[in-house]
Amino acid sequence: MNAVTRPATARRPPSGTDSGLAAQILDRASEPGWPPEPGWLRAARRRAAAWVEDHGFPTTKHEDWRYTKIDAALAVPMGTPPEGAADGGASVSVGDLVGPHLSGARIVVVNGRVVPELSSTGDRLPPGARVEALAGALQRLDGRLEPSWLWRAGDYPHALRAMNDAAAVDGVLIDLPPGTVVEDPIEVVFVAMPAGQPSWSHPRVIVVAGAGAGATLGETYLSGPGGPAVTNALTQVHLGAGAQLAHHVLQGERTDSFHFSSLEARLAEGSRLSSRLLATGGRIGRHEVDVVLAGKGADVDLDGLFLTGTGQHHDNPVLVDHAAPGCTSRQLYKGVISGDGHGVFNGHLVVRPGADGTDAAQVNKNLLLSERAEVDTRPRLEINADDVACTHGAAVGQLDPDALFYLRSRGVSEREARAVLVSGFAHEILERFGSGPIRRRAEELATAAGLIVLDEDGRSSGAVTAATTRARRGGRPQ
Amino acid sequence: MLVVDDLHASIGGTEVLHGLTLEVPDGEVHAVMGPNGSGKSTLAYVLAGRDPYQVTAGRVLYDGADLLAMTPEERAAAGVFLGFQHPVEIPGVPTMYFLRTALNAQRRSRGEEELGPVEFLALVDAKRRLVDMDRTLLDRAVNDGFSGGERKRNEILQMLMLEPRLAVLDETDSGLDIDALRVIAAGVSSLRAPNRSAVLITHHQRLLEHLIPDRVHVLAGGRIVRSGGADLAAELEAHGYAGLDDPGVEAFPVSTATAR
Ligand SMILES: Nc1ncnc2c1ncn2[C@@H]1O[C@H](COP(=O)(O)OP(=O)(O)OP(=O)(O)O)[C@@H](O)[C@H]1O
Ligand SMILES: [Mg+2]
Repeated sequence: MNAVTRPATARRPPSGTDSGLAAQILDRASEPGWPPEPGWLRAARRRAAAWVEDHGFPTTKHEDWRYTKIDAALAVPMGTPPEGAADGGASVSVGDLVGPHLSGARIVVVNGRVVPELSSTGDRLPPGARVEALAGALQRLDGRLEPSWLWRAGDYPHALRAMNDAAAVDGVLIDLPPGTVVEDPIEVVFVAMPAGQPSWSHPRVIVVAGAGAGATLGETYLSGPGGPAVTNALTQVHLGAGAQLAHHVLQGERTDSFHFSSLEARLAEGSRLSSRLLATGGRIGRHEVDVVLAGKGADVDLDGLFLTGTGQHHDNPVLVDHAAPGCTSRQLYKGVISGDGHGVFNGHLVVRPGADGTDAAQVNKNLLLSERAEVDTRPRLEINADDVACTHGAAVGQLDPDALFYLRSRGVSEREARAVLVSGFAHEILERFGSGPIRRRAEELATAAGLIVLDEDGRSSGAVTAATTRARRGGRPQ
Repeated sequence: MLVVDDLHASIGGTEVLHGLTLEVPDGEVHAVMGPNGSGKSTLAYVLAGRDPYQVTAGRVLYDGADLLAMTPEERAAAGVFLGFQHPVEIPGVPTMYFLRTALNAQRRSRGEEELGPVEFLALVDAKRRLVDMDRTLLDRAVNDGFSGGERKRNEILQMLMLEPRLAVLDETDSGLDIDALRVIAAGVSSLRAPNRSAVLITHHQRLLEHLIPDRVHVLAGGRIVRSGGADLAAELEAHGYAGLDDPGVEAFPVSTATAR
């Protein structure tokens, strides 16, 4: 068997009269403010919308959506979200939400569109490297982005993915010519700002890294008050031979928001992707990862930490496809589920025929903090090659009562002792968020979700990091 | 300091301590010896307040207060320290962080100011030298992958950091090399003071040669069956515990006990 089997989405009976979605999306293309689009893009939108109409949205009958019911998100209108930084009337402004600009390039995307006033591509990008708004890039580069857009055309895993093809209008293009290395992390902050007009947005990030290029990308997802917002984001990563990307995702949306995101990556020979996820937010947060190791000796390293509290549902479908020999992949996902939260890990590891010498490891560990907390973990291996080393494992446990007593016997209150133990469990993932501003953001998010940042020196790391940041900014040429 | 009076305690529905009575006055170091399974660790856990142990009768007074009514963290803040027979691993929590959290939690609950990072680091550094512990060990998660001896040193380091008024050390000397044994003896000795006491649970006379106890008790069958001075330890080493869990304690012929 050569192809990866992707289960078909539950079909809705095709209805000749229901041309609503495509028409609705394409109608918007003539709205004022909508950028003029190349013909291929309009055609791609039309086809993707037709696919959605044809297949319908996933239900829990769909194998990959078995635990994730999205009806409440589908009840939110899919019409045009409020324009840009429209935060009129909201008690919290976009500026407050996104916080200070730390260093390097930062692009702020509000309701699926880049807000230029809050964005800066930095003046430290190496020559040839570009970080720019996707809407502009689609016109400027015209057909160059077509292959990326059509990557999954007609072969969508589900309708939400197709919806991004149909309706994404803006986002970020990171274009790195061969050999360019961007030192400072590139931050993209996505804000869903319903401000009384609940709606969907479909931001998209495309990273094209030429041979030997390298960068660090941080994606932060936030949402503002004023009704449920639905974010349906897609990040596509194309790594050329020997290219490297460190990718960090922080999902800290409000607990009335719905978050669906997909990371699609294709790795050429000898390239390397590391991607970290920290998810604390959303009523539903679904963080899909789909990596194809397409060239010899490519390497992917995936870590996830989901902190799932009362009223929350976090679903983490991870597909790693070893399509070339001698590649390595490693996955470590940890879930901390409290209250009546529900976590899901759905790891799927595929080793294709000929992908000999594959070295793959997949681990999911979960901590259930209450009797009502629930987790479903389904690691799957599909091995069709020889000479492979694949390990996988899943664990679900509770706080160790012996460790809890050990801490209490040293004078630590039960409440603090529990927090320390949970933080110890999470520490392994948090410390993989590097050491720069993205790590600090990750720690802030984790702290807001009740974790303690455990510093090796036993010091408060917040103070230490702040001092470091000041020193670095002071030393930077303006 | 400590008065244990007719203590009955059970675990998993089985009574393990059957009316244990023991008194440790201020400033004294007492050794508790006894056969495997006799209830030594049970006594230690009951003193520290471990959950599944149930006290069914008797009482424990610590400085005249009802110790059994206090939570484990309250007991710690009041100065009770348990050196664990089997120190627990806490993956992901650096030892340094653990030490600082414990110390500051106790200081807070005593109404003292928390120790700042600089003072704390200086304190840890001084204490870890006393127990001859490598600095790199402190950056690792608590007892995670520590050798048996390193874990026991870590217990003593914690004791030195927390400066308890009543230290209950459960076989802290087991599985240690000669040097480590001296370290532990020195550690306990350094805390000796008129207002501090210690209970050393041990199987070996070795420790007691470095650290002469004021009293030695024999715990057998869930009770203290015999008490004596420091030389009782040597006698036990020579003759074992045979016949000691016999209820007729007084009848035990101390001077005529024969070798096997
Ligand atoms: N959870 C439990 N359920 C039932 N019995 C238990 C449990 N824990 C301990 N016991 C029993 O209680 C008795 C006393 O155990 P304890 O650990 O106090 O002995 P000890 O004197 O410390 O022994 P050692 O010298 O081997 O450390 C033993 O018989 C033991 O099997
Ligand atoms: Mg014991």
